[in-house]
Amino acid sequence: MIPAAFTYHRPGSVAEAVRLLADLGDDARPLAGGHSLIPMMKMRLATPEHLVDLHGIGALKGVSREGDRIIVGAMTTQQELLRSDLALSAVPILGETIAQVADPQVRYRGTVGGNVANGDPGNDLPALMMTLGADYRLEGPAGARTVAARDFYQGAYSTALAPGEILTAVAIPVPPAGHGHAYEKLKRKVGDYATAAAAVILTMDGGKVATCAIGLTNLADTPLLADKAASLAVGTSLDDATLRSAGAAAAAIMAPAGDGRGPPDYRKHVGGIMVMRALKRAAEQAR
Amino acid sequence: MPSQAKKTQIGMMVNGAQVDGLVEPRLLLVHLIRENLGLTGTHIGCETTHCGACTVDCDGMSVKSCTIFAIQADGSEITTIEGMANPDGTLSALQEGFRMMHGLQCGFCTPGMIMRAHRLLKENPNPDDAEIRHGISGNLCRCTGYQNIVKAIRYAAAKINGTEFQEAAE
Repeated sequence: MIPAAFTYHRPGSVAEAVRLLADLGDDARPLAGGHSLIPMMKMRLATPEHLVDLHGIGALKGVSREGDRIIVGAMTTQQELLRSDLALSAVPILGETIAQVADPQVRYRGTVGGNVANGDPGNDLPALMMTLGADYRLEGPAGARTVAARDFYQGAYSTALAPGEILTAVAIPVPPAGHGHAYEKLKRKVGDYATAAAAVILTMDGGKVATCAIGLTNLADTPLLADKAASLAVGTSLDDATLRSAGAAAAAIMAPAGDGRGPPDYRKHVGGIMVMRALKRAAEQAR
Repeated sequence: MPSQAKKTQIGMMVNGAQVDGLVEPRLLLVHLIRENLGLTGTHIGCETTHCGACTVDCDGMSVKSCTIFAIQADGSEITTIEGMANPDGTLSALQEGFRMMHGLQCGFCTPGMIMRAHRLLKENPNPDDAEIRHGISGNLCRCTGYQNIVKAIRYAAAKINGTEFQEAAE
């Protein structure tokens, strides 16, 4: 399978990339790790006339800490984040989630920015970033701005990115010390997108849930935040009845497609179970 | 659509030798390796980034060469299965492991498996079976059921580390 011909650009700065993307318009696509775009190009489902490869922009790489936030450059690969003690010691759920993204070869090339900016509802990091309350730093022809992950996703492959705009970094607030976390992902095989997955970040106080956030992957056109389920958990010791009602409240907002991973009813059913398992495991870990 | 895409001069080290040439931007790295360089040990399986048969080592990373444009590898150091034997031509520890432990049947996945295992052992010289299985989860084998591939990688790790190989998993 050979992609259609295109012109290759390799800008050395964000400003140059933004200028190229703005000038070339709809005929151009930014190229990050390429592990979503290149397969689509080989199948001729995507035929961009220009590719703007972001690999030459050093400013988009690396992990740092700014106060109570971990900043991950958009072109940081998933493997690099998996090896970042700075990020994983502060936000350990990143490690367990990224270890379940695709497979090792894909993680060596796949980037954090590409995973969150592509708007693919099957990707694991968008729901995680919503759960963590992360912000996305964007830069475009009109300048730089910040959009919360929770406000970024509008539909399948449809995001708050304006034409010519790229995501430059993800800013993740460090959860409180002693928090519990879990990412529960049901998949048909290693490397597959989730049949259903749930992310949980919570804190416990005196045996009861003090704060809780729950995110859902691949259970609708966009990643979801299960606010009602999270509020049902708060103030409880996560007894069985609470777990069941939280799972049911989360399932009530799921609207998965029926595909090779199962019909919608099945995916909602297992989606609720992923929420219950993630809540339980997160609470067991919390101190 | 550009009717005649402009060719670009690129160069890279492949198995220790510098190679240079003019490429169209859409040329995939695996096609450069197989067709331009004639190194057909790197296989094309699924062409959709699933099977790992095209895995090569690129700048210290295992990558699926069907999902990178050759132009992106400009200036890189690449190792393919042809670069895996010892300098004197004898089998490397991994190659020997696959031979001794019957880590292959049809052999189609083997170059990708060995290239992936090569990087896995560089990063984790003494993996347990679970780490080996997680480490090769991007490589599909339809013959062996993986048991003997895992053993082959453990054999190679023991040989490289100078420790005794235990055929049964610990």
